[in-house]
Amino acid sequence: MDTKLLGLSLLELSYIAASVTFILGLKMLSSPDKARKGNLIAGYGMGLAIAATILFKEEFSPDKWLNYTLILAGLIIGTVIGVRMALKVKMTAMPQMVSFFNGMGGACAGVISLVEFDHLRHGGDVSTGMLIVILLGLIIGSVSFSGSMIAYGKLEGKIADKALPAGQIINILLLIAIFGLAGFLAISGNLSMPMLYGLLALSLLYGVLFVMPIGGADMPVVISLLNSFTGMAAAFGGFLYGNQAMLTGGILVGSAGTILTVLMCTAMNRSLTNVIIGSFGGGNAASAKSGEQGTIKEISVTDAAILLAYANKVSVVPGYGLAVAQAQHTVHNLEKLLEDKGVELTYAIHPVAGRMPGHMNVLLAEADVPYPKLLEMEDANEAMANTDVVLVIGANDVVNPAAENDPSSPIYGMPVVKVWNAKNIIVLKRSMGKGYAGIENELFFHPKNRMLFGDAKDSLEKLIAELKNL
Amino acid sequence: MEEILSLFYENREFIFLIIVSIFLGIEVISNVPAVLHTPLMSGANAIHGVVIIGSIIIMLQADPGNYYALVLGFLAVILGTLNVVGGFVVTNRMLEMFKKKSK
Repeated sequence: MDTKLLGLSLLELSYIAASVTFILGLKMLSSPDKARKGNLIAGYGMGLAIAATILFKEEFSPDKWLNYTLILAGLIIGTVIGVRMALKVKMTAMPQMVSFFNGMGGACAGVISLVEFDHLRHGGDVSTGMLIVILLGLIIGSVSFSGSMIAYGKLEGKIADKALPAGQIINILLLIAIFGLAGFLAISGNLSMPMLYGLLALSLLYGVLFVMPIGGADMPVVISLLNSFTGMAAAFGGFLYGNQAMLTGGILVGSAGTILTVLMCTAMNRSLTNVIIGSFGGGNAASAKSGEQGTIKEISVTDAAILLAYANKVSVVPGYGLAVAQAQHTVHNLEKLLEDKGVELTYAIHPVAGRMPGHMNVLLAEADVPYPKLLEMEDANEAMANTDVVLVIGANDVVNPAAENDPSSPIYGMPVVKVWNAKNIIVLKRSMGKGYAGIENELFFHPKNRMLFGDAKDSLEKLIAELKNL
Repeated sequence: MEEILSLFYENREFIFLIIVSIFLGIEVISNVPAVLHTPLMSGANAIHGVVIIGSIIIMLQADPGNYYALVLGFLAVILGTLNVVGGFVVTNRMLEMFKKKSK
């Protein structure tokens, strides 16, 4: 039998198998019981495709020993660093970790285009189509890389929100320049390396300026969007090499990522254009309301503990403040203590609580909070009227009544947890600072509400100590 | 114009595959509960790491004397591996926690 034909057939078979595992993996990631298995299956598929490419794509020739050594070295270096980073990262820092790895994929796609462009210069027939594919891979990959790195830096708190004056106009001009230059290169068939590097620089700059002004609250949407960008860049690579595994993998992520982005926007009642064009809301509208503030009532730790101990039903609304204070384990201890006292406690999870949709569930899962105790927002809102005490821990915008009753508010229309329907509200908060949306929250002035100021973890520990003494 | 048309015609099967994949991607995740949004994003992130295959192809096809391709290809292999390995390990870590509590 022809060994070359056998190898190539095995290669294509492995690509088909990999494509199937990607589809199955994504499908299984959508259901809680099978998600982990889905991730593993997709991982095996990826491993298979990589191994088959190395073994069967080209016939082995001894004078390419350096190429093979470098491939193996690259795989080993990448694996060691990747595993270390992934195992070390704290669950609260998950969004920026995803952003970082996403940036790596984008960079990989960009570099591939750089090499293939150079490849065209050394012979090979230049076609406009191939050039378009290479240039688009470069543009999207670079934007995804620099944008992801900025998103990473912002979530790590290393980069502050900064909007350039007339930033929007500069971005549009940049886009025109990028596509103008790319169009010129593609149509003229001019294979100038300096121009290609110019295109690279413009694309990287665009990624930076694109993410720079976007507020922290919108960062998950941006990461998800950049994720689908990298998917597209991978798909362009697949097109370039006629490689089905890259093509299906890239496109699947591109389209699934886009839908996920839209789902996130819906959960926050923001349109995608709004996220991209403007930073959150802008304080102009909110100022009208700020005149008529009521008084804020504080509650002592003892009173709060008594209120909780004698309640029948308690609902906890966790927010990012809880994650920042690393208080997920403490809140679980409080939950166990109250359960022992016969109090029924559930968690009301807003879809975008934390920094990404589902982030809060991951954090509470880390603290061993049982799955059935996590109520989705709709169910939690239905149960609210029968709830004696709501404990809002480090959440702000997701419990803001302005979303329901103040049409001038930037978050008007966003679905929120209607904590004001419960009998008592206790808000645990570090200070009177505003939430991520940067707007006032009239809930704090609500007659049913009392504030317990302090670091979330600290306050919870005091509550636990007080409850044990009761 | 003719080049674009011939590009389309030569790649019609890929274009078909692209369009089907777009709909498949939308369909496959449209019922995901909010709880799983973060792991799903992370898992999808690992899957686009498939771009690493492109970097391996570069390395396999590069002329042993072409240091430009070898150096950049080597870099691309590292970047792609980071994306794949980091992505799958992080997703697995997140999902491990969901597993624990279902006991």
